Amino acid sequence: MDLTAEEQEMLSGEKGPAVQKAMEIVVALAKIYGAKRLVPVKSVNVSGVSYKNLGDAGIGFLNEWAGLGAKVSVPTTLNPAGMDLVDWKKQGVPKDFAEKQEKVIDAFARMGIPKTCTCTPYLIGNLPKKGDHIAWGESSAVCYANSVIGARTNREGGPSALAAAICGRTGEFGYHLDKNRMANVVVEVGCPMEKDSDFGALGQIIGKQLKNDVPYFKGIKAASNYQLKALGASLAAWGGVALFHVDGITPEAKEKNMVAEGAQTIAVESLKEAYDAMNTGSDIIDFVSIGCPHASVSEIRAVADRVRGKKLKATLWVTTARATKEKAPDAVRAIEDAGGLVLADTCVVVSPIRSMGYKHLATNSGKMAYYSPNYCGVTVRFGTMEQCLQAAVSGRWPA
Amino acid sequence: MKMVGRAIKSGHATGEALVAREFTGWLGNVDTATDETMGWLGCVDPKTGVIIEKQHPLYGKNVAGKVLVFTTGKGSTVGSYTLYALKKNGVAPAALVCEESEPIVAVGAIISDIPMVDHIDIGKIHTGFIVEVSGDTVVVK
Repeated sequence: MDLTAEEQEMLSGEKGPAVQKAMEIVVALAKIYGAKRLVPVKSVNVSGVSYKNLGDAGIGFLNEWAGLGAKVSVPTTLNPAGMDLVDWKKQGVPKDFAEKQEKVIDAFARMGIPKTCTCTPYLIGNLPKKGDHIAWGESSAVCYANSVIGARTNREGGPSALAAAICGRTGEFGYHLDKNRMANVVVEVGCPMEKDSDFGALGQIIGKQLKNDVPYFKGIKAASNYQLKALGASLAAWGGVALFHVDGITPEAKEKNMVAEGAQTIAVESLKEAYDAMNTGSDIIDFVSIGCPHASVSEIRAVADRVRGKKLKATLWVTTARATKEKAPDAVRAIEDAGGLVLADTCVVVSPIRSMGYKHLATNSGKMAYYSPNYCGVTVRFGTMEQCLQAAVSGRWPA
Repeated sequence: MKMVGRAIKSGHATGEALVAREFTGWLGNVDTATDETMGWLGCVDPKTGVIIEKQHPLYGKNVAGKVLVFTTGKGSTVGSYTLYALKKNGVAPAALVCEESEPIVAVGAIISDIPMVDHIDIGKIHTGFIVEVSGDTVVVK
């Protein structure tokens, strides 16, 4: 592998032990994946932020690296934490968990990373341009950045993303290379995509058939960025998909042919099997999750419009980025007046909700429907935002 | 016998080989998580270095101080931190030797300063052999 003179210096320790360790990680991964060289990255999103994922060993490691003088060298954001960093008491998070989570965030802050935790960094200013090389963790954000923005990233793990942030580089392999961005599967969508939840449902059907394949969707007439966000999150959770194209809609597909020769074809005529697979839960609902991936301002307003003036029977969490929450104070008030919570920095999957006693969850997210039974020990109902909020009001899944 | 592979984490260590031909998943898998705070239960106890998963071919064996020889690794990102926890608790393997590295174990080896070499024909190493790892070289004594 070719390293520049500066990269050699970083690797040999001339720029200090923290940079050296970062470079060792980046170079080892580049070797494993057969990269010929490294490329500079424009931004990083670090996953593995919740104490639930890191444990005490993770905190020890982050503190050791920070103690060696590790500092990020490019704009860097954090994935959701296990709690709202301000309102964790309101969220019901145990104090000992909160103390550990604060230690994690403090270690990242010592490395120069702002205390902002979100799975939608692209909604709060970490917005790369088409063609930019980036190193992001968080599978849904990776899928969005690659597909909807046209930036280039692999699915980074926590330590590898952080290493890329410290040395400002990543190996040139995988989705950084043109040849790996071509679709190897064409999906002919023959059914109408009418409801918002249809995009998460389509992601479920295709995701579970694919691993790290690149699907190319045909037959989707229109899709908003938020619908594409839901599609990508579901594809990435149910499969290992990191990049998809939508004919006539996503940037690379609009520009040139993105289907590789010999691509196989999958036809989807109905979304029923996806709705069935994600509706194994009970009719009683005690927990409703909206905001997976993190809700945008318009999604928060849509929730507010449906619950304004009502009293909720089930617990409602709308999870979002702090900067997004601050842009919609009236909507936040309406949701909280109804008894719901708008939580920043966090995510249902990485918060300790199992120990809070919830049993039956409703969600409009294909990703949440995938993770919550195993990670949170709850049963699942999946449907539109409207259905989820009816369930929040009545405590029952609408017939 | 001397074999030259690829240094994933350069270093020097000698120890008794502990070999598993089917040594995948030894750092555990997040999909089987049942514990709320860790979200992850590994195959190996980070406090003792003992492999605690009953289905594992090395169940009951201790990895501490051994040169661990395996085909490839598997597991969630948290697995990197498990290796780090073993190191901090003084019960990490002395070195790692495998056929093909994957990111989880490779990153774990680097952050824990455990020498690691891959692209090695592990069929030539048996449990109990004394193995010396140095840079990209593995010497079986």
